[in-house]
Amino acid sequence: MKLYDKAFVCRSKNAGPFQVTIDLMFNDLESYQQVMDSASFTAEGIGRLYNVAPELVAIKPFERILTVKVVLPRNSSSGSASDCDVYGSQQHFPLGNLEIE
Amino acid sequence: MKKPIRYLSLCGLLGYGYAPESLKNALAAELDFVGVDGGSTDPGPYYLGSGKGFVKRLQVKRDLALVLPETKKRNIPLIIGSAGGSGAQAHVNSVLEILAEIAREQSLEFKTAVIYSDLSNDFIKKAAAGHLFSCGGSPEFDASWADKLANPVAQFGTEPIIEALQKNVDVIVAGRCCDTAVFAAYPIWKNYDPGLALHAAKIAECGALCARPVGANDSLVVEIGEDYFTVEPPNPERTCTPDSVAAHSLYEQPDPNCFYEPEGKIDLSQCTFEQIAERKVKVTGSRLIAAAEATTKLEGTRLVGYRAITIAGMRDPSGIRHISEIEKGVRAAVAQSAVFVKENEYSLRFLRYGLDAVTGDNEVPDVIPREIGLVIEAIAPSQEQADALIGLARSKALHQGFPDRKATAGNLAFPFSPSDFSGGAVYEFALYHLTDLPLEFEVKTMVIK
Repeated sequence: MKLYDKAFVCRSKNAGPFQVTIDLMFNDLESYQQVMDSASFTAEGIGRLYNVAPELVAIKPFERILTVKVVLPRNSSSGSASDCDVYGSQQHFPLGNLEIE
Repeated sequence: MKKPIRYLSLCGLLGYGYAPESLKNALAAELDFVGVDGGSTDPGPYYLGSGKGFVKRLQVKRDLALVLPETKKRNIPLIIGSAGGSGAQAHVNSVLEILAEIAREQSLEFKTAVIYSDLSNDFIKKAAAGHLFSCGGSPEFDASWADKLANPVAQFGTEPIIEALQKNVDVIVAGRCCDTAVFAAYPIWKNYDPGLALHAAKIAECGALCARPVGANDSLVVEIGEDYFTVEPPNPERTCTPDSVAAHSLYEQPDPNCFYEPEGKIDLSQCTFEQIAERKVKVTGSRLIAAAEATTKLEGTRLVGYRAITIAGMRDPSGIRHISEIEKGVRAAVAQSAVFVKENEYSLRFLRYGLDAVTGDNEVPDVIPREIGLVIEAIAPSQEQADALIGLARSKALHQGFPDRKATAGNLAFPFSPSDFSGGAVYEFALYHLTDLPLEFEVKTMVIK
């Protein structure tokens, strides 16, 4: 199942002009845990999707509300000449396509 | 037991609006102050760089004109943070002008404290010599920009606002400051727990964004006691729940368990959230771990050039399939004709909506869509050069040849005449760093009639 289909919220937004944060929220602990345990949901795997070195990918679980946050450096800073998403609000893909076993 | 502090956050961003009933309901019980945050880096570097507001003057005026007579009547301060959107001098002054208009129209008088946060070139040069530290993923500061920044500002914390509060004013117009400083200054001044004050402020600065339905365009009432704070939207159509308030710590933040302010790290890992009334949530356990060393965040932009764009659609399947060849042909033709600008001083960009304009190289287009949208952008040292470049690029793209071309009369569907648009100045964030150098922020007072 794709991550986008598993989560009930899958959103991205700037966390300052140089980073983007992707929030994934789940309806039940089982889905949350499945994603957290998935072999594909790792800093390496996510870094590959966004052309980012794995050490620059942060995965921050927030189990209290069945949410996990992923923080990535932006490919170019918000609103700079090479940017194409000033708010970073459509960068939850390609992550949304990640297959969760 | 000290009397709790009760305050109103007017809305998530000054000018976003709020329901008049929210203000009325909030004012039904005693308030200690009203705060509103005016700033954000979210809309990009243009607003700081150009000195213009992201929110229009008439929107800001509407929001202020409703609340000012009420705070004035009750003799409580109205605190405006990051005034004018980015908090540089031009932004702050634009808010002072609006205050003067309201004072005139409503025959009011405001004792006003103004805190500018602009930085001098001398300060930047001094800071660039070993006193700037990357933050939030910013690259190392390029010292050759030190005296070329557009509107560099410092983001101050609670201290200058506390100093302004001590002057017993009606309105505080703060330049670029931390969003939390607007709401945490008063309770910290009154010796409430700074961890609670800062966490409450972090939630309050977004207005009713922590409520359901969410509303950055509505108000939030906060009460701070000795070991707790509560949040409640004054609009009866909205509700705060433990989950909605807890979830707010995710918003635009890199870490849900803590955040950083000039005062230190605010640790949320021990927080509890409890529903204590139908629409009200009580929070306890937020702790401040004071910073070992005082740092201040600096922001600044640099002018990259001027932008012009053209917008067109494509339907011809062969044209869409050969879009990269068309782009290559256009680039070569523009380079040949653009004698009015040096080749290394301009850039051309093709944003191919429907193919890969949104996620770029991160996703390879897998199907050829029926239609695509094309935005061609030129950035050059002057607007005139950018306009001329886009004129060249547009006409070349319209007629560019490619293999198997059947639609030989034109490759593009322009929705508009004129088809090209001047986009104005382009900036980028060049300074987004912490400094350990001490900074002073002068609090000036004036009377606005």
